[in-house]
Amino acid sequence: MKRHLISATDLTRDDAVLILDTAEELARVADRPIKKLPTLRGRTVVNLFFEDSTRTRISFEAAAKRLSADVINFSAKGSSVSKGESLKDTALTLEAMGADAVVIRHHDSGAPHRLATSDWIGGCVVNAGDGTHEHPTQALLDAFTLRRRLTEGPNGGVGGDLEGRRVTIVGDILHSRVARSNLHLLTTLGAEVTVVAPPTLLPIGVAHWPCAVSYDLDSVLSKSDAVMMLRVQRERMNAAYFPTEREYARRYGLDGDRMARMPEHAVVMHPGPMNRGMEITAEVADSPRCTAVEQVSGGVSVRMAVLYLLLGGAGPADTTPADTTRSDENGQPA
Amino acid sequence: MDSTPDTQPSVPAPSAAARTVLEGPDIARALTRIAHEIVERAKGADDVVLLGIPTRGVFLARRLADKLREITELPLPVGSLDITMYRDDLRLRPARALARTDIPGEGVDGRLVVLVDDVLFSGRTIRAALDALGDIGRPRAVQLAVLVDRGHRELPIRADYVGKNIPTSLRETVKVQLTEEDGRDGVLLGVREPAPSGER
Repeated sequence: MKRHLISATDLTRDDAVLILDTAEELARVADRPIKKLPTLRGRTVVNLFFEDSTRTRISFEAAAKRLSADVINFSAKGSSVSKGESLKDTALTLEAMGADAVVIRHHDSGAPHRLATSDWIGGCVVNAGDGTHEHPTQALLDAFTLRRRLTEGPNGGVGGDLEGRRVTIVGDILHSRVARSNLHLLTTLGAEVTVVAPPTLLPIGVAHWPCAVSYDLDSVLSKSDAVMMLRVQRERMNAAYFPTEREYARRYGLDGDRMARMPEHAVVMHPGPMNRGMEITAEVADSPRCTAVEQVSGGVSVRMAVLYLLLGGAGPADTTPADTTRSDENGQPA
Repeated sequence: MDSTPDTQPSVPAPSAAARTVLEGPDIARALTRIAHEIVERAKGADDVVLLGIPTRGVFLARRLADKLREITELPLPVGSLDITMYRDDLRLRPARALARTDIPGEGVDGRLVVLVDDVLFSGRTIRAALDALGDIGRPRAVQLAVLVDRGHRELPIRADYVGKNIPTSLRETVKVQLTEEDGRDGVLLGVREPAPSGER
């Protein structure tokens, strides 16, 4: 595994499966009377949030605390950033406080990459969403939920990937970091991804992505094992991407009729927050096929796994093949 | 967990010097004896929970449970206890993969927990297991069963049931092989290659 988690493309198939398997074990800690492990005692995790977030920040905070790390929450509002401090000076401050990991969400694409490749900080950097670029831990928890839901048997798919599964991502692909990270991660795990959106909400260059593209939701529904609905991001839409919300909902929204045409085992995913009535109707959102709540609860386990594998040892986890039969002990940190 | 205090131990490129000190039938006899000792000391074994420490401790725990069932004619809860997150040497090596922790439905509160492992060496694994157990519940008592005690304790820990005491030098490795994991049963005594990283 690489030392930072900036993009879903940083992960190989083995890295991703290791994270999902680790998360599967850590999920069981939540059922214990003492929901805490001593593993990251004495390590400091800084949550550096330049953009509003509830789910992701709380989930990273809970994950770090369950591993006994010290957590410092930093949000741009009410900090020196509102007085004009730069990312670099903020980073140097955190370094001076001895941060072992920085979890960063930023409104600008590339900010986590800048932080990781500069020599401003020594700890590892975890991208918690940057602009319209990537959100790798969201993709990991989506894959975690998918693997659980789509694999039968008592083992819940542990050790396996998503080979041959068909996942359809619907909506605002242009602005969605969740879509980008999911596309890369799901492809790495062997799934076949189709993106569906009005042409105005597809980025330039989508033809070069490792996925199929469609403008017609109805034609792909019956062939999907999972349909991932994206939020229409009104706050990023400063131009008219579609005529009316009603027309968008009619052509690209998921309602009960469309859900009924999906295969029986197929699930509906949504990264949240949902716009009920827009991309998803209340009927679908509240149905047992919708995994939105599971996605949130899986989020803590997946983020625990990421923090443990990056911070728990002398270096990031080693995913050279045949890990269990390795005969010598001089595994070099990557 | 294994012959060395590290998890994934020197599977000694056994070819050269490794010699078999226990064969399959010896292991079976040792487990049968331990099962009888457990019943004797627990006066019936009706509140015993067996927890194996991955990887090979889990298989040994299952075999012990089978033997105990033959003796007491009662099904006995058996599970596994992964100690990775509680190790004291986590920061010496890259982060490790976790193994399964599986606590039987009855829990451990108020019961007699018997920890099962293949080799007892430094005692650090058992120290970690005791910490892990403390986060799961409060047993009435905790005992330790190991197939091989090779000495060289680094902590004040001892086993309650020992399959075989094998005095070793620190240069030697002890490798337990079990059919479930390695395709055959046996205990191999080998000589450690001079470790390049010089751990320990």
